[in-house]
Amino acid sequence: MRASTGDRVLGYAILVFFAALMVLPILGVILLSLHPADAQLSGFELPRSLHFESYAQAFRTAHFSSYLKSSLIVSSAVVAGTVIVSVLSGYAFGTMRFRGDSLLFYLLLAGLIIPFEAIIVPLYFELRRVHLTNTYWSVILPLIGTNSSFGTFWMRAYFRSVPRNLIEAAALDGAGSLRTLWKVLLPGGRPALLTLVVLVFMWSWNEFLLPLVMLSRDELRTAPLGLAFFAGRYQTDRVGMAAAAVMVALPVIVVFITLQRSFVRGMLAGALKE
Amino acid sequence: MSRGAERTAEHAPVAGEFGRGAVPYLYLLPTFLIFVPFVLAPFLHTLGLSFFDWDGLTDWRYAGLANYREALGSPLVRAAFLHALILILFFGVLPILLALLIASASARARVPGDTTLRALIFMPQVMSTVVVGVTWSWIVAFDGPLNQLLRAVGLSALANDWLGSYQWALPTVGVMGAWALTGLCVALFVAGMQQIPATLYDAAAIDGAGRWREFFAVTLPGLRGPIAVALTVTVIAALRAFDIVFVTTRGGPGNTTLVPGFLIYRRAFEDGRIGSAAAIAALLSGVVFSFAFAINRYADRKLR
Repeated sequence: MRASTGDRVLGYAILVFFAALMVLPILGVILLSLHPADAQLSGFELPRSLHFESYAQAFRTAHFSSYLKSSLIVSSAVVAGTVIVSVLSGYAFGTMRFRGDSLLFYLLLAGLIIPFEAIIVPLYFELRRVHLTNTYWSVILPLIGTNSSFGTFWMRAYFRSVPRNLIEAAALDGAGSLRTLWKVLLPGGRPALLTLVVLVFMWSWNEFLLPLVMLSRDELRTAPLGLAFFAGRYQTDRVGMAAAAVMVALPVIVVFITLQRSFVRGMLAGALKE
Repeated sequence: MSRGAERTAEHAPVAGEFGRGAVPYLYLLPTFLIFVPFVLAPFLHTLGLSFFDWDGLTDWRYAGLANYREALGSPLVRAAFLHALILILFFGVLPILLALLIASASARARVPGDTTLRALIFMPQVMSTVVVGVTWSWIVAFDGPLNQLLRAVGLSALANDWLGSYQWALPTVGVMGAWALTGLCVALFVAGMQQIPATLYDAAAIDGAGRWREFFAVTLPGLRGPIAVALTVTVIAALRAFDIVFVTTRGGPGNTTLVPGFLIYRRAFEDGRIGSAAAIAALLSGVVFSFAFAINRYADRKLR
């Protein structure tokens, strides 16, 4: 597309304006968190010097060390579980033909669209009956379940993009299907796997409703949950709240900045989570 | 739903002896061992529960369609669904319009740093909704930066207790959603615009089409697929807006920001009206499925 200088300046101005609109609130919260812990602020003020004590306070006294630990445990387990089951089922759907394959695939895809609100109520009462509420499992297993829909969809697309003769050659060499998967297909699938890891990490780190319902004991709470309760209890402690919010958002933002490409590419495909 | 999958499906499954007999089912087993008990069965269970009266403790009692009748007749439930529809304007329509502007602008401004700027625009999308809610609750607080800005530029009359106002609370929550979702739409549209053949733009230029004609004749039709995807994602986000409401307003003031998800949560886990919560959840699923189906039907028909 050819563009005149005027067009380019206008386009640039629009981009800069919206980037500022997205970044300024985040920047504002970061600056807010660097005020002295007892600062009484009205509106936005630049901190005169940088104070990190609110982070230390949130980490220790407000239990955010425990919340972050819970989130890390839950997210890692969900990522590991989702990747394992999705690779296996994506492999079957992407490379094999069997009775009922499309029926089973669409059944799984329905998981992309079923709202969590529509499974949470019986799920809570069933898990309470078997004494699994207030354990990490009550969050980990349902999240693997919902994420395996996207994971399978995503890995199936990768396995289908692999040239058929690569798999057939491996089969001719006498490699079994598991060996073909492990030695031939997975090494080339690293970018697809990385994207899946990053997305599932973000989705499970940010999940709110499920841990809210399942985990009522404070020491099990995940980071977003801890932040929501902190915000409800200490409404006037703006600086502490800002520090806590930064800590909750930071891990995902760091992953986003370092792995931006796989992130955006995956999110676009993830948008097909319909 | 299958369009994306089919586009990448240049290679059909391997024929012959590969993965025959029970083998494929063994590969599916782990997924279904988790998906069935933790997703599919609870969903069907919700549909079942919606026909019963249950408080979570004592015995349940068959209620027929009573929960649905109560839900459809209840002003509270109707209000919750109406709010969800209003949120669609903020979560869906507004981000898509803004993203069309941003994506067209950035297609014209191929300048150093445009990728970074788009990454910054995308940033809110990766943040937890709780963080978004906490951040914006501070910004729109009565003594927060937004009112400070309004007063500084001489618009003190507009300063407001945004989340505490019957009139403004819902639109304010809506703006938070728009803020979080615009970046995803931009990324979708930028990727979509790269798929539009340059020859179409050249042809439009030869025809003497101006900026607007070019947009309506080439860009917009070329983005039909990505717009459908963006609309599906954002509409579902609007219908499911639980987190942001829980963190910012808890449905208040009054019930002005009550949404279906929050009502389900309240009835099931605070009021012990589980059958009623299940009926609302079933209605919500019906609305979500209908929107997703309608949007994709429309996009598919237009694509042909």
